[in-house]
Amino acid sequence: MSITEEPITLDEPTISGRSLWQDALVRLRRNKAAMTSLFILVVMAVASLVGPLVWPHPYDRVYSEYVRVPASLEAYPHEERIVPEMERSLSRARVDVASVEVEGDKVRAEITDDDEVDPRITRYVDRSDLFSNAKIAETSADGRSAVLEADVARLYFIAGTDGNGRDLLARIFMAIRISLAIGLLATVVALMIGVAYGATAGYLGGRVDNVMMRLVDVLYSLPFIFFVILLVVFFGRNFVLMFIAVGAIEWLDMARIVRGQTLSLKRREFVEAAEALGVSNAGIVRRHIIPNVLGPVAVYMTLLVPKVILLESFLSFLGLGVQEPLTSLGVLISEGAKNMQGASWLLLYPSIALALILFSLNFIGDGLRDALDPKDR
Amino acid sequence: MSTTENVLSVRDLKVSFKLADGQVDAVRGVNFDVASGETVAIVGESGSGKSQTVMSLMGLLASNGRASGEALYRGEDLLRLSPRKLNRIRGDKITMIFQEPMSSLDPLYRIGRQIAEPMIHHGGLSPKAARAKALELLKLVRIPNAERRLDAYPHEMSGGQRQRVMIAMALANDPDILIADEPTTALDVTIQAEILRLLKDLQNRLGMAIVFITHDLGIVRRFADRVYVMRAGEVVEQGAVSEIFVRPQHPYTKMLLAAEPEGHKEPVPDTAPVLLQGRGVSVSFKIKEGFFGKNSFELKAVDNLSLTLRQGQTIGIVGESGSGKSTLGRALLRLISSRGEIIFEGQDLTGADLRRDRPLRRQLQIVFQDPYGSLSPRLTVGQIITEGLLVHEPELSRKERDRRAVEALKEVQLDPAMRNRYPHEFSGGQRQRIAIARAMILKPKVLVLDEPTSALDRSVQKEIVDLLRKLQREHNLSYLFISHDLSVVRALADTVIVMKEGKVVEEGLTEDVFARPQKDYTKELMAAAFMSQEARREAEREAASAKEAEAS
Repeated sequence: MSITEEPITLDEPTISGRSLWQDALVRLRRNKAAMTSLFILVVMAVASLVGPLVWPHPYDRVYSEYVRVPASLEAYPHEERIVPEMERSLSRARVDVASVEVEGDKVRAEITDDDEVDPRITRYVDRSDLFSNAKIAETSADGRSAVLEADVARLYFIAGTDGNGRDLLARIFMAIRISLAIGLLATVVALMIGVAYGATAGYLGGRVDNVMMRLVDVLYSLPFIFFVILLVVFFGRNFVLMFIAVGAIEWLDMARIVRGQTLSLKRREFVEAAEALGVSNAGIVRRHIIPNVLGPVAVYMTLLVPKVILLESFLSFLGLGVQEPLTSLGVLISEGAKNMQGASWLLLYPSIALALILFSLNFIGDGLRDALDPKDR
Repeated sequence: MSTTENVLSVRDLKVSFKLADGQVDAVRGVNFDVASGETVAIVGESGSGKSQTVMSLMGLLASNGRASGEALYRGEDLLRLSPRKLNRIRGDKITMIFQEPMSSLDPLYRIGRQIAEPMIHHGGLSPKAARAKALELLKLVRIPNAERRLDAYPHEMSGGQRQRVMIAMALANDPDILIADEPTTALDVTIQAEILRLLKDLQNRLGMAIVFITHDLGIVRRFADRVYVMRAGEVVEQGAVSEIFVRPQHPYTKMLLAAEPEGHKEPVPDTAPVLLQGRGVSVSFKIKEGFFGKNSFELKAVDNLSLTLRQGQTIGIVGESGSGKSTLGRALLRLISSRGEIIFEGQDLTGADLRRDRPLRRQLQIVFQDPYGSLSPRLTVGQIITEGLLVHEPELSRKERDRRAVEALKEVQLDPAMRNRYPHEFSGGQRQRIAIARAMILKPKVLVLDEPTSALDRSVQKEIVDLLRKLQREHNLSYLFISHDLSVVRALADTVIVMKEGKVVEEGLTEDVFARPQKDYTKELMAAAFMSQEARREAEREAASAKEAEAS
């Protein structure tokens, strides 16, 4: 029988199978811890991107009247602070305060002066973060006494403010954004260098492998902190430097993992089969080695992101990381640690954010490992 | 049988596994009995549930497995015993040996210690007494130099010896039942025969019952008293061995019995053009030992071997593991470097780099043994098959490649609609077809088949053999068929080369070599491979005389 002469139609229905990745995804979906973690992580990531846009306080705005106020769900200012604050503002304007009344969101102050009341004194009131729209409502005939009205600005600091009077929640949003970005970018850098380097070394083997891996060993022996300090000294502190520093160190682990996987893969028969087909080295590495190492690599990646975030936090804690007014979780925690006794919220909330991210990423990594290799259990 | 008392009776045993996609019933209501001192064989192809049946009795199911039913061992239901009570029985009164002797011994402990350990803990023997007992056991399983072997590590022993050690461990506490789960599958035929003889002999001396799980009917015929044939989790037929082999009732049993590959191949005429010729081919590996490779030596895997492959010819290369037959196949394809001349269609390949020399490379293709390992798990079947085209005909459009993939799949009798699936969704036989399609799409002239049927069930083997035969007829292919399975070689090859330790022991036309083997080694190989009724009768005679000796 000759099959080749039959007309072959390509329109016949094809059954598309589930790849190993799709299988893994199905298993991952069933893992409650991993899915919860994924949800939390996505929520945090979205919050860090959208949060600063919708949150009323910019992350670098300083509220000098609200330095280190505790976290509260009630609006600031508290009632008892309004009258003294108004009196203080007006005393700066050098007028005498007869009485101050608070009515809902408005505050009324009767003031008298030796000379005529200068309408520009409203600026002294507006300068305070507590009041806005100050105006002279009534002026007496002689102009020596007047009634000043102002709106009380209701501000919410649900995570409190820091030592410079900046809203902590806005800063946490920003910090999550920076930490995740550093984590992801440095990981991607490490991933690309590490996978290419490790797969090449492992597949070529022999002397090439020896030389390439000894280079890795040499880089390993550089003390990380020393390396970073050196970079900072030469290039100054900047954001991009963080990626380079962290990425340049972390790809070493990745290269070793990938090389190990490659060594066992290249003894597998499908690689030998590709060699028998005449596929070039590059083709084998690209089509056969790399897709097959991506499983363990994906797991390692999810575990690398938290590691990088921690590293960045560590560097920032030492003062080698991102610069003010930008911030990262490490910076916030470092500040919080200094103010632990007086202002515990400064330590508490950034720590919770960091812990949540790390937990989530680790759970996702564990879930991925189980999903990719169900025999492991 | 002298006694008819059942030591083990299993009723309505069901085993199921919870998987992501739902529940899989591996065993669906199996009943069987084992009388003391008899040998019961459970036969079935892969996936028939034969291993899971005994695993459930030993409480060794995977964590997602569940067993129900009843398994009475001397009045105690093994399935309902607490782990502690079960532990007292298993490893003591019911013991087990496994398929893979390479991995079932702990590589870090000496043999003597591994045998003695359970006797110290379970049997309460002193270390000294346990060691003495271990030595006795090693002698019992006929390990030469038993005194010295006690202090050997597992890696210093061969596969057959390790399996003997496993048997020794299983016998340590005089078990009532020895469960052997494919104990000889991973071993060479001659060693397989020795192990079976040893088991039979030990049974006669010690009187334990043996539950023997296997896919190999040849072994059953010679070895067992009664047989249960399993298929898809159910026992389809049971009875005395003599009965079932003579008058099989169930169609599945008949199919299994008829599944030995049949037919033979006519030799090609001497005038057929010579395709591939090897002259004095040698392959050696440098083994480095000691610091700085002080004691390095050369291991000659293939030693000065010559062969001539003509168009349309099939040369069967036979030999046990380590005989260098696979190495020879790879050397002829220039996948590993070798010395000597290799000539393909008048062109000397010795210096050629076949990676560079694409037109030559596509003429010489190879199909590997392990259908699970030889297909990349992350590519679809279509991508796997057409990879060779990417290299050799890069000008083809995607659509054209797809058309060729459909063609190739039809050629190996697979549904072309499956080309977007991934290898793990296929059975072993289907995967081997895919591997053949991958080689055939390049339209090679020579195909090296490196044990292409060894990992497959008998019935599937037969189909693959038929397919290979069809392809050879249609394309006038030349095969180099490497196998340790003599029955497949007999069916497929016209010329046979028997190899041992890298050298040719015997070569000639298949008919001649199989009918009239000249060399002792070949004879031994044949005898072990084709376990005849003769051998069974002989075993029975031995058993009878041993019993007499015991009685007197």
